[in-house]
Amino acid sequence: MSLFLIAALPFLGAVFPALLIRAGRNAASAAAGFTTLLAFTGLLLHAPAVLRGEVIQASVEWLPGLGLNANFFLDGLGFLFAGLILGIGLLIILYARFYLTREDPMGQFYTYLLLFQGAMVGIVLSDNILMLLVFWELTSLSSFLLIGYWKHLPEGRQGALMALAVTGSGGLAMIGGMLILGNIAGSYDLTDILQQKEAIQASPLYLPALILILLGAFTKSAQFPFHFWLPHAMAAPTPASAYLHSATMVKAGLFLMARMWPVLAGTPEWFYIVTTTGLVTMVLGAVIALFKDDLKALLAFSTVSHLGLITMLLGFGTKIAAVAAVFHIINHATFKAALFMSAGIVDHEAHTRDIKRLGGLRHLMPITFTIAVVASLSMAGIPPLNGFLSKEMMLEEAFHTTWLGSHLVIPVLAVVAAIFSAAYSFRYIGHVFLGSKRDDYPTTPHDPPTGLWLAPGFLVVLVVLIGLNSNGVAGPLVSAAANAVIGDELPYYSLKLWHGITPALYMSAVAVIGGLLFFSQHKLLEAVWNALPRPEAKVIFEALINGLARMARSVTDGLHNGSITRYGAIMVLFTTIMGYYAFRTGTLGAPVHDIQAAGPLPIIGWFCLMVATVAVVLKHRNRLLALVLIGVVGLIVSLSFNYLSAPDLALTQISVEVVTIVLMLLALNFMPKETPVETPLPARLRDMGIAAVAGLGSAGLIYALLTRDFVAPSISEFHLANSYKGGGGTNVVNVILVDFRGFDTFGEIIVLGIAALVIYALTEAILGSKVRAYLLNRKPDLPQAGDAHPMMMVVATRVIMPLALLVAAFIFFRGHNEPGGGFIAGLIAAIAVIMQYMASGFGWAAERQRFYYHGIIGCGVLIAAATGMGAWFNGLPFLTSAFGYIQWGPLEEFEWATAALFDVGVFLAVVGAVMLALESLARFAWQPGNDPEHAMDINPARDDADAEVKQEA
Amino acid sequence: MELLLASAVGLMTACGVYLILRRRTFPVILGLSLVTYAVNVFLFATGRLAVGAPPVLNKYAEVAYTDPLPQALVLTAIVISFGMTAVVVMIALGAFLSSRSDNINMVEAADGAGDDA
Repeated sequence: MSLFLIAALPFLGAVFPALLIRAGRNAASAAAGFTTLLAFTGLLLHAPAVLRGEVIQASVEWLPGLGLNANFFLDGLGFLFAGLILGIGLLIILYARFYLTREDPMGQFYTYLLLFQGAMVGIVLSDNILMLLVFWELTSLSSFLLIGYWKHLPEGRQGALMALAVTGSGGLAMIGGMLILGNIAGSYDLTDILQQKEAIQASPLYLPALILILLGAFTKSAQFPFHFWLPHAMAAPTPASAYLHSATMVKAGLFLMARMWPVLAGTPEWFYIVTTTGLVTMVLGAVIALFKDDLKALLAFSTVSHLGLITMLLGFGTKIAAVAAVFHIINHATFKAALFMSAGIVDHEAHTRDIKRLGGLRHLMPITFTIAVVASLSMAGIPPLNGFLSKEMMLEEAFHTTWLGSHLVIPVLAVVAAIFSAAYSFRYIGHVFLGSKRDDYPTTPHDPPTGLWLAPGFLVVLVVLIGLNSNGVAGPLVSAAANAVIGDELPYYSLKLWHGITPALYMSAVAVIGGLLFFSQHKLLEAVWNALPRPEAKVIFEALINGLARMARSVTDGLHNGSITRYGAIMVLFTTIMGYYAFRTGTLGAPVHDIQAAGPLPIIGWFCLMVATVAVVLKHRNRLLALVLIGVVGLIVSLSFNYLSAPDLALTQISVEVVTIVLMLLALNFMPKETPVETPLPARLRDMGIAAVAGLGSAGLIYALLTRDFVAPSISEFHLANSYKGGGGTNVVNVILVDFRGFDTFGEIIVLGIAALVIYALTEAILGSKVRAYLLNRKPDLPQAGDAHPMMMVVATRVIMPLALLVAAFIFFRGHNEPGGGFIAGLIAAIAVIMQYMASGFGWAAERQRFYYHGIIGCGVLIAAATGMGAWFNGLPFLTSAFGYIQWGPLEEFEWATAALFDVGVFLAVVGAVMLALESLARFAWQPGNDPEHAMDINPARDDADAEVKQEA
Repeated sequence: MELLLASAVGLMTACGVYLILRRRTFPVILGLSLVTYAVNVFLFATGRLAVGAPPVLNKYAEVAYTDPLPQALVLTAIVISFGMTAVVVMIALGAFLSSRSDNINMVEAADGAGDDA
């Protein structure tokens, strides 16, 4: 099976549980299980090749320019981790089916679980570090969903947030580190990077890259001082905890360290940072675990401790230590997942996880007891279980390692950690299962249904089998994975129970005896522990986060204080300053154009424009007057377009002007008609200053532009030369719109349609709120005209309607060769319809409306799209136009271009959008009873009918 | 003529910006309209000014044409700016109807904090 498919399957499968949950919980879990099984089988098919030492690759170039390629590769290490992720995932899916109750949304759980699984598989199969980073962040996000799965529990939400904050910020640091690493190596592909040990370790940027990458790994793998998030993440449902914290999420950091081991390890920096962190974490986690009364908290801290152990082994930097690390990863995953699940079973059956309330369960839950005992003893390092093997390898390596010149520090601390580790393992057995039966359990526990103990039972069998026959069961896997980590010849090692009388054996013995001693004296030790002052990580973390949040808030509130006026002023000033800076630092050629003389007409127009613009500002408090004045400005602007050889623009501007003014009048109807004086004179003067600066800037810029030539040749010549030859039209502006730049136009009509739909949606929302009652009972605030729908106007608009539509058709058809086209024709047609609304009333017009404007917009966009796609059938790219000429009857030669069909789409979209916008606004005005009784419908029968009614009465 | 156009663009921008810096929605919308005119004319003018040279090809004679490209861009800009104005008007109207105030600044800010802008 392709590696792409293996990585994609969990993501694809994530859809099904969410959908299938309606078909029942079995269907949802079966879907999740089947997907995982499929991916797992696909992975196992690669097993023979991988175990032979081959590397399987699959790659697709995605953004080669950025070094971002979808490259996957599968070597021994990836195979080990992918196997753990999918294999234990399968067991977790089975376990969760029986663990979650009827009230829990199970579909969601499996969806989150599969998303998480996919992200994890992605990490371990990625060959490209940028892609690895993406998957890395995805695990943070999906684990957030899993940890916070019980949304109603505050601990769940807090734990999820904490995990996301810690692992997310570590991930950010890692992005930095990986980018540096990629930069040093000159490639973002792992296979390339792993070849360049010398170059990377010699680089001056090695240390920063190392620290940043390790920050990512340490936060993810809960290493001191970032270990505190893991116990809080125990608020997750136990299946999620078992999955995240035994086999997957927290192992991602270890995976990364193992993956980067060939290039990063072996330096003193690596040794001291990684070994020390691992050592401290191992000891600290083990000590705290002994004093936790919550079963899951105990396991969480023991996980922290074991992760520290593996980190320390990787930190040693020797090949044999790397082998031990790989072996312990396997062993820890098996016994820890089984332990988490057994803790879940106890919680599920006894309804408490508090060790102080448990004890004597041996009699009530013999199966669970067996599972828990085997797994715990393995964790304690008791032969012949698998935990013993790897722990002894660790002790052996610790014995040979010197730290800052001391031969004692690491071995002694390793034994201390091992003692505590044995002690808390014994406690897990002794205080939960042994002892006499109690009669004060919250509910009387008994062994769970098979489905719940099957998964941990299977893992426990593995624990024993690996212990008894490690070479046969785990040997090939360990050697393949270790080979991938070391990237070189494997050192001599043997996975067996009896190595003879070695220092490690003595250390193991001390650990077990010490553990028994500590366990027996637990009460005493606990009293000492409780008397000691301890910093509470959660409090520190929250203080830190609150401090950061306060800082962010003060910065944000300082800048973003809710005053839009202020934002506007800052933006205008900043833009002007940037422009000024560019002007000062750039080069400006000498003016080459002579100023064209202006005749009397432009001067008159200019004068009107200046007066009208100033008048808008002076009179803006009288809103109606300001609206009239702005209409004058728009009119002169469109006349100027016409004068300056832009007839299309003039036509568009003038028709848009009409629609805009109607729109604003409609809105003004509901708003105050005056603007009060609010700002003091100094504030107004300051605003005038800002405005003057902006005005001077834009005037200066366009003047400088107008008196100079283009710096580079313009592409306009191409359009002029090819408009007729290539596009079949002589109106170059229209040909650009519907042909050369048709794709832009296509986007623009979509935007216009969206704007209209937004307006419609806003209208619906506003009319659906309390505002509707206000609108319905609103009294007009100005005196009303005697007749809302004067007969003169009604008659005039009815007569004009067909004429206006004819003009629109005319403008549309001449568009390709003469000024005109779909945009302008659409606006004219819309104005023709709006006039009916204005003259005869909303109710009258709405009654006669045959097509919804939404549909018209949609039709327009679809027609434009279909025209564009038509080109595909001729093997041409989207929107390639074709044209020809037809002679029909007495008419002049007629051009028929597919571009005209596209223009029909533009036309319809514009009509629909304009009408939908205005109609929405008009709906605000509708009040019951203000429709004219007979809005000028000439219907002679009506009067007769009225008379009949009267007669009958 | 260049001077006339540049000064008109400058004045429309200045007046538009001044209105945008007012406190009520309606003047702000008027200001946006003025700035829209200014920007459209500005963009159009980047094709340089020409009188009597529309970019409509003459099949029968060799004549000068003005730059068609800015015209095509501005044409769609005009239509899109209508869409934008309509959305802004609708938002302003909705805000006024729901809160009975057409002040554009948040209440706390309107008490004086916004005046330092």
